[in-house]
Amino acid sequence: MNWEGPTAKVYALHVAVVALLVGLNFALPEYHHGVLARVLVLAVFAMGYNVLFGYAGLLSLGHAMFFAAGLYGAGLPLYHLGWGVPAAFGAGIAAGFVASLIIGLLALRTSGVAFMIVTMMFAQVFYLTTLYFGEWTRGDEGLVLQQQARQVTLGAQTLDLTSPATRYLLAVALFAIVLLASVALVRSRHGRVLVAIRENEERTRMLGYDTFANKLAAVVTSGVICAAAGAAYALLFGYVGSTFASVQYSILPLLWVLLGGAATTLGPLIGTLFMYYVIDIASGYTSAYMLVVGAVLILLVLFFRKGVLGTVRERWVGWLP
Amino acid sequence: MTEDNRFFDLGKTGLTRRTALKGLAAGAGLMAAPGFVRYSQAQSSAPIKIGFQAHRTGIGAAYGRWYEKTTNAAVKLINDAGGINGRPIEIIVEDDGTDPKRGAEVVGKFASQHKTDIVFGTLFSHVVVGSAPTAGELKIPYYVVSEGYHVASGKLNRWVFQPGITDVRAQVTSVAPWIAANIGKKVTMIYPDYAFGYDHRDYFAPAIKAQGGDVIAQIPIPPTESSFTKYLPQIPADTEVLYHVMVGPGVLTFVKELGEFYGSNKPQLFGFIDSLEAVDINSPGLEFLDGSHFWEGSPRYAQANDSEAQKAYRAAVGIDDNGASVGDAKDVSTAAHMFGCWETLYVIKKAMEDSGYKGPEDRAKLVEATEALTEFKEGPEHPQGDKIFNGKIHQVFGHQNISKVEGGKLKVVHRTSIEDGMYEPEADYTTQPL
Repeated sequence: MNWEGPTAKVYALHVAVVALLVGLNFALPEYHHGVLARVLVLAVFAMGYNVLFGYAGLLSLGHAMFFAAGLYGAGLPLYHLGWGVPAAFGAGIAAGFVASLIIGLLALRTSGVAFMIVTMMFAQVFYLTTLYFGEWTRGDEGLVLQQQARQVTLGAQTLDLTSPATRYLLAVALFAIVLLASVALVRSRHGRVLVAIRENEERTRMLGYDTFANKLAAVVTSGVICAAAGAAYALLFGYVGSTFASVQYSILPLLWVLLGGAATTLGPLIGTLFMYYVIDIASGYTSAYMLVVGAVLILLVLFFRKGVLGTVRERWVGWLP
Repeated sequence: MTEDNRFFDLGKTGLTRRTALKGLAAGAGLMAAPGFVRYSQAQSSAPIKIGFQAHRTGIGAAYGRWYEKTTNAAVKLINDAGGINGRPIEIIVEDDGTDPKRGAEVVGKFASQHKTDIVFGTLFSHVVVGSAPTAGELKIPYYVVSEGYHVASGKLNRWVFQPGITDVRAQVTSVAPWIAANIGKKVTMIYPDYAFGYDHRDYFAPAIKAQGGDVIAQIPIPPTESSFTKYLPQIPADTEVLYHVMVGPGVLTFVKELGEFYGSNKPQLFGFIDSLEAVDINSPGLEFLDGSHFWEGSPRYAQANDSEAQKAYRAAVGIDDNGASVGDAKDVSTAAHMFGCWETLYVIKKAMEDSGYKGPEDRAKLVEATEALTEFKEGPEHPQGDKIFNGKIHQVFGHQNISKVEGGKLKVVHRTSIEDGMYEPEADYTTQPL
């Protein structure tokens, strides 16, 4: 991997992507505008997953719990305590931080298959917890965050999170922050240590690095990003429900990342977007649309083993981070 | 022919090539004008597009399939009779995968891509609640057929209606008097440990208390459970009525284990047919239910006293006297709920006609017209029975059926009054801005 790649080119590409997304706010038809806002938030979830899976090489099957920690962390105080949007968003991120720190400390005692199982079990516990406290969460049915509660007052200005343009631009803003932060992260010293751990943990430890601390930092970074996505999802789209804590939402970010290209910064966006439209278009033709998704995944394994961007980087554009 | 005698001399008349072309274009426009008139007529007789949010896949698929059949049957009848305001209905189906996230996306797709007039037909509560914010934000009327207490609770928004099926709160409230008077007063409840179960837990207990009865134990079952033997010993020995609501594939195991636990010495059983919708009551293992009672929205089996409207409805949807598909006796319907799609479509028709609905610009008028509805008479449009609609909470109230399992069939033994299920409204959507 070309870690000494031209910094200017890398940042120019990412800034251009963000600029394109901002520009699309004015160009996209209504439906696709709404879709992209949702996809961007979910792509943030995938980017969070990618930090741990793509760069640190830790395959978690429990990331729904971090997304849901953000979702509930933001949604519950807003719904029950009447908190404002910024405070609720902060609470969502804090919930993700606490959850990922605890889970990281416990789950990182294992590795490989055991790590997958442990994270999945913790996620299942989290899911059942959201059902158990049904009095507050309304369990599977979930809660609606009313439109009037999803507004931010800034001086004389009111920012309505339910207006399509505001929602889209906020989604782009969150996406841009996380994207640029992850570019910086993977090009940083810590990011390179993560890749070293992924490639050969024993050797990295032998070289004097504290692999546990680095992995824990990766779990927490990943958890916080996923929680930010969850909190944003609750506040922008107004629904909080335990479905988002179910195992399906632990598998989805893995698929998005694999599809777009693990350990590529833009892969999660491509994977999430691609998967959305495969389902959206295929379901118009057949109720067996998951079969189509399956076929796409098989084709991917056959021809794009490293995902879309991973393969592009391998074959043509070596400097992609 | 000389130059001067040219029939059409552009140079002399001062006509340039460009103005001539403009003239031609204008002429062509005029010639096309009748077509334009035809086009405006086409607008007024263009179909009314109804987005049907269907559970084609996921846990709700068995229900979804029958919801679709019922919807298609009703739409055919409405269209054959001249449609709505002279316009035919076109149903556009999108599968929501019985998932709240996809549900919300589908509502967005209906509103902004398919440009449907309304969205209709959702059953599972979590999909309704997950989709409601999007419907409210896009200001598209959303008519659900879900039986959850979510609409009436006031927790959704002004764009969501449930005018074709009663909610769980009304259902459990209305069966309580009959249970207390006929099968016992000491009740133990077994219900799934999630929102649908909580509606039963929260509203049945006070209802039976009001009848001098009592819930002596409540046993929630986690949704991941596949065996129930460890819960059965928790049922108090002095239980007179075992009230059970189990949804999902576990129900067959549940009944079988209940049979093994009790043998022949069992308490009275009262269940909600939700557990056994699309399941043959004569399936192996369900013998234990013989002689027990069930709530049914609309009876699965044809009854001796069925109205002409009920018979016509069953024939149109294509179900036989046993509530199974005509032509496939094993394909059991979800009769207790699916009538709601039929009745909801007729409510939509009525509200669209009352408001003179023309297109999406009249959606707010449609909401107000729906809120203004008060009652529906029993008949071909409402074959399940007459109903009272509360426009403030967007919820309909109707009769409930209590049926006994006898000789492998469900026979209606009691029909509640509408008033049995009425409760004090907790909300008023009409105060919300449109």
